[in-house]
Amino acid sequence: MSTPLLAIGPGPLELERIAASLASSAGQAAGVDGAVVTFLGLVRDHNLGRRVRYLEYEAYEPLALKAFERIASEIATRWPDTRLALHHRVGRLAIGDASVAIATRSPHRANAYAACRYAIERVKQIAPIWKREFFDGGDVWIEGATADPDAADARAEAERIACA
Amino acid sequence: MRVTVRLFARLRDIAGAAELTRDVAPGSTIGTVWRQLASEYPGLAAYEQAISTAVNADYARMDRVLGDGDEVAFLPPVSGG
Repeated sequence: MSTPLLAIGPGPLELERIAASLASSAGQAAGVDGAVVTFLGLVRDHNLGRRVRYLEYEAYEPLALKAFERIASEIATRWPDTRLALHHRVGRLAIGDASVAIATRSPHRANAYAACRYAIERVKQIAPIWKREFFDGGDVWIEGATADPDAADARAEAERIACA
Repeated sequence: MRVTVRLFARLRDIAGAAELTRDVAPGSTIGTVWRQLASEYPGLAAYEQAISTAVNADYARMDRVLGDGDEVAFLPPVSGG
């Protein structure tokens, strides 16, 4: 079974397969690409001075997939030669588990690096996904950005970080 | 008409339900439903300036007019990644 480019679900993330899915994308001539950049986000054992025991991720999955499609489309506009694969995990994750896997593939490394960084910044801005942190002594929902995919300032900020 | 309401993360905890159904008048907007919920669950009111909203799994603004059978989602600030 082929690996989809964009996905969200409870299964463990397989970065190699996700990166490999970009090689077999339709419409791409073999050999034109010179770079694959990957990012794996991990569950950390500390946050804001708290000792984290584990995380639970929840998502509005159909809208999260559409947000991923939007990010892929933004990348295709900003870096036309660069393609994105993006998988996010939901459910209970242990310390050290991967929560998000991103791969970008391009003829040149600069665009692959920039698009990869852009993708994770945009996930944090617009994907309807939430993490609940269980720490020594309690638990808390983490709340970051108010998701607004049309907000030009947020998109510009992600691009600024990606190209810094 | 009847709409389905989806609540996520902290909003779900406050209301004690992930999904609700509500009868609303024709012409009601997302904002109408939000204000009704916030009066039922006062803890929600503090989120008014921070939430995002969606209809049928597409982002939409508070002034979006709803149709019968629509699924309205209220999303607290996100924290994926």
